[in-house]
Amino acid sequence: MERLRFFLNDKPVEETGLSPTTTLLRYLRDRVHLTGTKEGCAEGDCGACTVAVLEHDSQGAPALRAVNSCLVLLPMVQGKRVYTVEALKEGGKYHVVQEMLARELGSQCGYCTPGIAMAMLEACHRRDMDEPWKLDAQMCGNLCRCTGYRPIREAANQVAGLRPQDRFARALAEARPEPMALAYEAGAQRFFTPGSMDALWDVLDKHPDARFVMGGTDLSLEVTKRYAEPPLLVSLEALPELHVLEPRGGGHRLGATVWLTDLEDYARVACPPLERMLRYFGSRQIKNRATVGGNLCTASPIGDMAPVLLSLGAEAVLRSRAGERRVPLEDFFQGYRRTALGRGEVLAYVDVPAQPEGARALAYKVSKRRELDISAVSAGFRVVVDGEGKVTEARLAYGGMAATPARARRTEAALVGQPWTEATVEAALARLDEDFKPLSDHRGSAWYRAQVAKNLLRGFFHETLSTPVPRLAEGHSATVQVR
Amino acid sequence: MSTLPSSPDTAHAQQPGPSHSPLHAPAPHESGLKHTSGEALYVDDLPSPPGMLVGHLVTSTHAHARILRRDASRARELPGVHAVLLAEDIPGDNQVGPVVHDEPLMAVDEVLFLGQTVALVLAENAAVARRAAALVEVEYEPLPALLSIKAAVDAGSFLTTPHVIGRGDPDAALAAAPVRISGECMTGAQDHFYLETQASLAVSGEDDTVHLWSSTQHPSEVQAIVAGVLGVGRHHVVVEVPRMGGGFGGKETQAAPFAALAALGARATGRPVKVWLNRDQDMAFTGKRHPFWGHYEAGLDSEGRLLALNVELVSDGGWSTDLSHAILDRALFHLDNAYFVPALRFTGRVARTNLPSNTAFRGFGGPQGMFVMEEVLNRAAELLGLDPAVVRERNYYREAPAQLTPYGQAVEGNRLPRIHAELMASSDYARRRAEIEAFNKGSRWTKRGIGFQPVKFGISFTTSFLNQAGALVVVYTDGSVQLNHGGTEMGQGLHTKMRAVCAHELGVPPERVRVMNTATDKVPNTSATAASSGSDLNGMAVKQACEVIRERLRPVAARLLQAERGGEVDALAFTGGRVFLPARPERSVSFAEVVHAAYLAQVSLSSTGYYRTPDISYDRVAGRGKPFHYYAFGAAVVEVEVSGLTGEHRVRRVDILHDVGTSLVPSIDRGQVEGAFIQGVGWLTCEEVLFDAKGRLVTHSPDTYKIPAVGDAPEDFRVALLERAPQDSTIHGSKAVGEPPFMLAIGAVTALRHAVAAFGPSRTPVELASPATPEAILRAVEVARAAGALPDGKD
Ligand SMILES: Cc1cc2nc3c(=O)[nH]c(=O)nc-3n(C[C@H](O)[C@H](O)[C@H](O)COP(=O)(O)OP(=O)(O)OC[C@H]3O[C@@H](n4cnc5c(N)ncnc54)[C@H](O)[C@@H]3O)c2cc1C
Ligand code: FES
Ligand code: FES
Repeated sequence: MERLRFFLNDKPVEETGLSPTTTLLRYLRDRVHLTGTKEGCAEGDCGACTVAVLEHDSQGAPALRAVNSCLVLLPMVQGKRVYTVEALKEGGKYHVVQEMLARELGSQCGYCTPGIAMAMLEACHRRDMDEPWKLDAQMCGNLCRCTGYRPIREAANQVAGLRPQDRFARALAEARPEPMALAYEAGAQRFFTPGSMDALWDVLDKHPDARFVMGGTDLSLEVTKRYAEPPLLVSLEALPELHVLEPRGGGHRLGATVWLTDLEDYARVACPPLERMLRYFGSRQIKNRATVGGNLCTASPIGDMAPVLLSLGAEAVLRSRAGERRVPLEDFFQGYRRTALGRGEVLAYVDVPAQPEGARALAYKVSKRRELDISAVSAGFRVVVDGEGKVTEARLAYGGMAATPARARRTEAALVGQPWTEATVEAALARLDEDFKPLSDHRGSAWYRAQVAKNLLRGFFHETLSTPVPRLAEGHSATVQVR
Repeated sequence: MSTLPSSPDTAHAQQPGPSHSPLHAPAPHESGLKHTSGEALYVDDLPSPPGMLVGHLVTSTHAHARILRRDASRARELPGVHAVLLAEDIPGDNQVGPVVHDEPLMAVDEVLFLGQTVALVLAENAAVARRAAALVEVEYEPLPALLSIKAAVDAGSFLTTPHVIGRGDPDAALAAAPVRISGECMTGAQDHFYLETQASLAVSGEDDTVHLWSSTQHPSEVQAIVAGVLGVGRHHVVVEVPRMGGGFGGKETQAAPFAALAALGARATGRPVKVWLNRDQDMAFTGKRHPFWGHYEAGLDSEGRLLALNVELVSDGGWSTDLSHAILDRALFHLDNAYFVPALRFTGRVARTNLPSNTAFRGFGGPQGMFVMEEVLNRAAELLGLDPAVVRERNYYREAPAQLTPYGQAVEGNRLPRIHAELMASSDYARRRAEIEAFNKGSRWTKRGIGFQPVKFGISFTTSFLNQAGALVVVYTDGSVQLNHGGTEMGQGLHTKMRAVCAHELGVPPERVRVMNTATDKVPNTSATAASSGSDLNGMAVKQACEVIRERLRPVAARLLQAERGGEVDALAFTGGRVFLPARPERSVSFAEVVHAAYLAQVSLSSTGYYRTPDISYDRVAGRGKPFHYYAFGAAVVEVEVSGLTGEHRVRRVDILHDVGTSLVPSIDRGQVEGAFIQGVGWLTCEEVLFDAKGRLVTHSPDTYKIPAVGDAPEDFRVALLERAPQDSTIHGSKAVGEPPFMLAIGAVTALRHAVAAFGPSRTPVELASPATPEAILRAVEVARAAGALPDGKD
């Protein structure tokens, strides 16, 4: 039987007998008594459990990534280097991240602080901390109830991009991807990480009812909140074929297992509507683990990738041993948390086609709190306007409005063939109430959802008047950027 | 025999520097570096004692029900389960109510809220405990539940009798007032969301003793309650607090039940027991900031001066009394905020519902009371077309007789006029307000607003006898010092300040002073660390204890320095770790040397200190008295931007000028001001506590309950402490700081109203609910827009 193996603060660790759904957080605190890492929520929403993992980004470059240890299952770090807050102090000397936090009084009660320090550590070793908004985007996964954040921002600002010659720099310089393929078993639970597509198909032949897992930012909640003990999980993390992110036929191929952090970086220039959605998606820690495939395959009505991809006309590429099939994303979502995935089939890629001439495209996410919150309403819009100013095509996709992410077909129809004017938009909006009958819940009332759904289209019209595909403004930016 | 102390350093050469006192100087948090490294230990981080069991609560699944049957026999049989305890297994009193004894530790025949403890499982680990909990059978007969203030009021369900404070003939004054405004308003609950959830570890010892490590703001009360539950004297119980990962009032009374359960479990099994709540349990089982309903009738002159005000307040106390009495009192005491009201009647009462028992939370009712007054003034300004800052300035307390609060205490040393003038200038309020008006004219979908908020906040426990504190200072023969005081450290920097006070009094570097865990066997019979009073009360006690020791050391030092002539002894300076005559600084002895000499001369090197606040009292029946030692003041200017499409907003800039007297440690005080302000913004904007129709908390984790995140902090945050503002008869001229700045956040509401109004014609009445979530703001925007669409709408 295989063992769990990884590096913890540069020391090799081997474990057997532990449930494969043991979270890294519980392992650290209960098993190896590294109590610096705290539990504040066990659901990825507070950041107190943040640790750093040495990963490889989608271009293969090594990167230190802050992740929520409360959502990481132990087999997910197979072969990887994990660093906890205890690794910061070297030879009795505090790390610059620690010195700055203490100097700025970035801690009061100190309970959020280890997590803050580890999120700052990622910032400290990032090469792309060139714009101020990236600071908040880096730190928004860490709640602090005491300080009001000003000193934390200040400390983070001082260390961002410093890249000191510390143990992490050495590890980054020497980093080599370790094989993480794994077949692990403990008690009645098994965890497989196949290292090739063939190995995957073999596992699926034997265990057609296996559940897939990638980042675990959705699935792990079943473990931490509902105490589920899934008997068999199959991770797609060690399949290079799926981990692609590249331009393709004027559009883009998004591998299902690509981390959202990498996708966000890629989309900044390549596909601004995607970036608009990703900037305020979860937190840095969540995006460092969450994947496109995981987001679409939950088929959650409030999954944020769906509306924007729907509006861009994306197709899901499904693979099984038998081969490949393409499904328009509209048809991928079959009902509340149900997808078109058959037995033995994985979501391999999402293909985003080239955008037609005259396309105006944008995406919006509206939630109670701007950062790290689930959408009350999200939307992806693409409207194609011809040389005469007439709408030739409209794709208006919404999340949070129905049991699945869905297009507003009646509203779309009311736009097509009409001149792209405020009057047309206002007239079409009357149809939105026919398209959707949203629900009321703690994220927003039916009234709010319906009203915002309309207002987002209004905003879209005005925002795309001068620039067809506006990028996010720098700095903290409003959902809809219109005066 | 090696009983002799090691000889301290005797170097004479060292010259004392100018002043080494750590007082009034910025300093890092005493545990700051340890926080960043994970070395700082909290209750759940302490090494588990061998054999430790997990205590798991079995709680009610109904908001109100009769218990027909409780049966733990199947659960007790599960391997790994050591005991399942029910109310009848309690050796002492089944009672944990801190003031009124209306709170059973475990329910017997009735449950009064969803989440009430019915049984306690003690098991080898959490997984077994959960399985066992599922096997505990409790049969309920559901009863009607009161789930809102309104439902409770309609049913006549209250926890208190009305408290009335009055002056003059408000009804007549109202009738005669040129401008009258009346209405209702609600403020919502707020979860403390301390990052460290409730945690207690109990270890039982010989003679029925128990030692607890508890994350509590009130170790003495935990001690008393545990002793009561176990049926032993308090001398059998020691409660120790390492530090808390945040408290904010949520661990003032509500740590006690969990500590009592841990102690009970330890007593029943003989094993150490930890009771630690996960986030969802913590949020579901514990009380929150009291929601308040208010009804007001105000009379003003045409320039916005208040002439009369009647207010009726009802708070939601939840299922038991807890501190609801005192919280309501403080709400009434702060209805006036900074303003003189000639004629008034303020009435308040606590409703009893079937929800978790609401409790202390930063501001302790003050914010809820003040909110009503600020709503009145905002509405008045909107109605009269005046700048709301001007309306506020016109109503400030002034010279006699306009310096008397509704309860008859004079507002002495009112610093608001000065703060007002300085902040208006430093924040450039007038120019920015004009710029915003211009911006709003040219912007269709996005509007900005600016709001000014002054605060006056009374300092002291309003239950007067609580205003006392103790300290125990221990000096070892090497000159190092252990400082014990009755206050607890929850992040507010109390230990940093107390260490500074101690180091200052003894004239030693702060590194030579170690602040010990707060423990009931070191400093007994303490009050909670609450009411912003931690530094005021404990600081005085620490100072006194240090003075006793220093004065004992003085003659010893004088002998060593041969400075025993008249006047010289008293003139000796203790500073920077050395003792010397200021006139002859080149001749000095080290503090350690003096201490060592004192030991050999058989002089006691430890002392207690004690302090009580003089001259405060309040007569609740008459509604008159001097409940506060003094007032703290501050003001804020807040600028926001609102999206008229989504109702989202962001805070663009905040300027705060706050009065902390002469700050003990300015860097700590600034942190308190900033943190309190943002917490206040959370209460007023994004934090929404929601229960479903069965009384089940819907927002029981940060997934659904949103406290401010980094992007919610203002882009531009300017905080200044009022200069040259020493306060009389407080510890080194300082003032309390924990709570007052919380209420500065109401300025954000004024700013939001300003922006919302800009979507309508001028003098649009604003209907903005609290908290001002995007949905609440969008509703208000739609109402304002609709006003503009009316045919008779001007502009
Ligand atoms: C704190 C927090 C914040 C969040 N914020 C957001 C947010 O802002 N917006 C949002 O949309 N979501 C959010 N989420 C939800 C979640 O992070 C995303 O849905 C994420 O994209 C899931 O990706 P994952 O790789 O972690 O999925 P996993 O948890 O690993 O898997 C999710 C599901 O998808 C299946 N699956 C995964 N990959 C494949 C595949 N390739 N083929 C077939 N099935 C597959 C798994 O079997 C599982 O059922 C948040 C979650 C948390 C905990
Ligand atoms: S414990 Fe809160 S994010 Fe992991
Ligand atoms: S310092 Fe207390 S939560 Fe951040």
